[in-house]
Amino acid sequence: MSFFSVYEQYCHVNVEQIIDGFNQQSVARCLDKSRLSIDDFSALISPSAVNFLEQMAQKAFDIKRRYFGNTIQLFTPMYLSNYCNNRCLYCGFNHDNIIERNQMSLDEVENESKAISSSGLKHILILTGDAPDKASIPYLKSCCDILKKYFRSISIEIFALDTKGYAELIHSGVDGLTLYQETYNKSLYQKLHPTGPKKNFLFRLAAPQCGAEAGMRNVTIGPLLGLDSWRKDIFFTALHAKWLESHYPETDICIALPRMRPYNGSFQPEHTVTDRDMVQMITAIRIFLPRCGITISTRESESFRNNIMTLGVTKMSAGSKTSVGGHTRIDIQNNQFEISDTRSVEQMVHYLEKMQIQPVFKDWEPF
Amino acid sequence: MKPNNDPFEVGGKTLSSRLFIGTGKYSSDRMIPEVCKSTGSNVITVALRRVDFNAITDNVMQHIPSHMQLMPNTSGARDAHEAVRIARLARATGCGNWIKIEVITDNKYLLPDGYQTAKATEILTNDGFAVFPYINPDLYVARDLVNAGAVAIMPLGAPIGTNRGLRTEEMIHILIEDIDLPIIVDAGLGKPSHACQAMEAGADACLVNTAIATSENPVLMGKAFADAIQAGRNSFLAGKAPTSQWAAASSPLTGFLREGSS
Repeated sequence: MSFFSVYEQYCHVNVEQIIDGFNQQSVARCLDKSRLSIDDFSALISPSAVNFLEQMAQKAFDIKRRYFGNTIQLFTPMYLSNYCNNRCLYCGFNHDNIIERNQMSLDEVENESKAISSSGLKHILILTGDAPDKASIPYLKSCCDILKKYFRSISIEIFALDTKGYAELIHSGVDGLTLYQETYNKSLYQKLHPTGPKKNFLFRLAAPQCGAEAGMRNVTIGPLLGLDSWRKDIFFTALHAKWLESHYPETDICIALPRMRPYNGSFQPEHTVTDRDMVQMITAIRIFLPRCGITISTRESESFRNNIMTLGVTKMSAGSKTSVGGHTRIDIQNNQFEISDTRSVEQMVHYLEKMQIQPVFKDWEPF
Repeated sequence: MKPNNDPFEVGGKTLSSRLFIGTGKYSSDRMIPEVCKSTGSNVITVALRRVDFNAITDNVMQHIPSHMQLMPNTSGARDAHEAVRIARLARATGCGNWIKIEVITDNKYLLPDGYQTAKATEILTNDGFAVFPYINPDLYVARDLVNAGAVAIMPLGAPIGTNRGLRTEEMIHILIEDIDLPIIVDAGLGKPSHACQAMEAGADACLVNTAIATSENPVLMGKAFADAIQAGRNSFLAGKAPTSQWAAASSPLTGFLREGSS
């Protein structure tokens, strides 16, 4: 049994038309329920629900406080390598982009780890492009041996693997997986990923399940907002998260919500995602999946992140750099994309404390 | 019986308060000392997964007053072996030999796994720990835990973090009646009246975290819970008056039968 069988039931349906069909009465009824179905979730992301944003925000605030408390967990990304065999139209690491390509040596990983951990962070997300011939599993395992000395939790955002591949990395100390489907619109996906291993839509769709199956403690999924209509992609993301939650109850399922940002390339997203849209999807997810983690990265602006901290978000990156070696080398210009919230970890902590939100640096360690 | 003569003995300690508190979900750990003070609690639970003994930033342990009895918990453990490893690490890092066993394999409902909890309890009691297992109020699991050497049983009132109150009251009654260990109601108590209800029913103590930590005024809410728990305990000790379906008239219609009958 895989999520694909559920996906198949919906992929030929005009999901957007169904979502658009909900009226205000339907939304009000859903807000009265304590347990929501995927149809109820659809009502909450419908245009009619825009008139209920304040009620949704209040409900999301209450649920977040009950299940996660007044806290935000902090982490930061570390880019290990930007070599990539894919030609994703929207990505700065696209194989055809003429940028400086790097892969950190193990000494550089050590230096980068020292620099990041000096900020107090204990959760790290390591990233690579899709080039297993360069950023290979043995290379990643060697990196983990170093990272374990500095961090309590290591998550990966790398090329999709099968269960065996993930199990190998778990054995080396990895406990979290982040993998974006980018878009659940299969035909659009094929256009956006014209060549390279990432072109395989189904392999990518199955990868979060493989991660959970292998024993990842956290699995984070999400779309890249702006590629397709956000309502469609968020519908499928929530459906996917719900399926993973039901089939892998021992795994923490999270949703990350990155919006397209300026990057080193010419692709322009066709779909605009406004701040209001973001608030609607964040609060709807929180109400539909009360225990699900929600991550907002430094792609978002300082002011927007400040305003949504209490609306259901549970994790935020801080002090982010999106280039290889970005925490130790200021001369590097190979960013995957531009970040917007440029606050340091210290500044972020200061702000959270001012807002009476506890920054959580450590939430797990391999015992 | 006066409250002052009603100490609570558990895990080799004598406690003056029957309210156990937690350390999670506060907007700042700096509130913890004030909540300890306002509740008068003697026992505080802390998730070892959150403790970083090498932290260069704030560390929750720094905020726990030294007079508090620490009860580390194994939150995050997904099987007995993880729980055992966490417990041993807690003791090795100076957190003492009390341990609250939480083994949760369902992150959606956060319901404890009775089988894994019993396994961990048996290993840890043999290892000299005072084990406080967190369970669904299930009589069979509770009996296994008694046999495994637990020092108290901690049944949930409702799923953790829900604040829904004493939804499992009937099952908790059965544990109170049939299990010869202290019953400490843990999880789901959302307001002081819920805790009062549990104590009136004969529970020995309550553990409250979410309802205190996420209230608008944790210090005042902590005191409210402490007062409610004492009121419930007093009520239990006083022995409540019997209830009846019928009113008891002060001039009964059948009073004449008792007047001068011979």
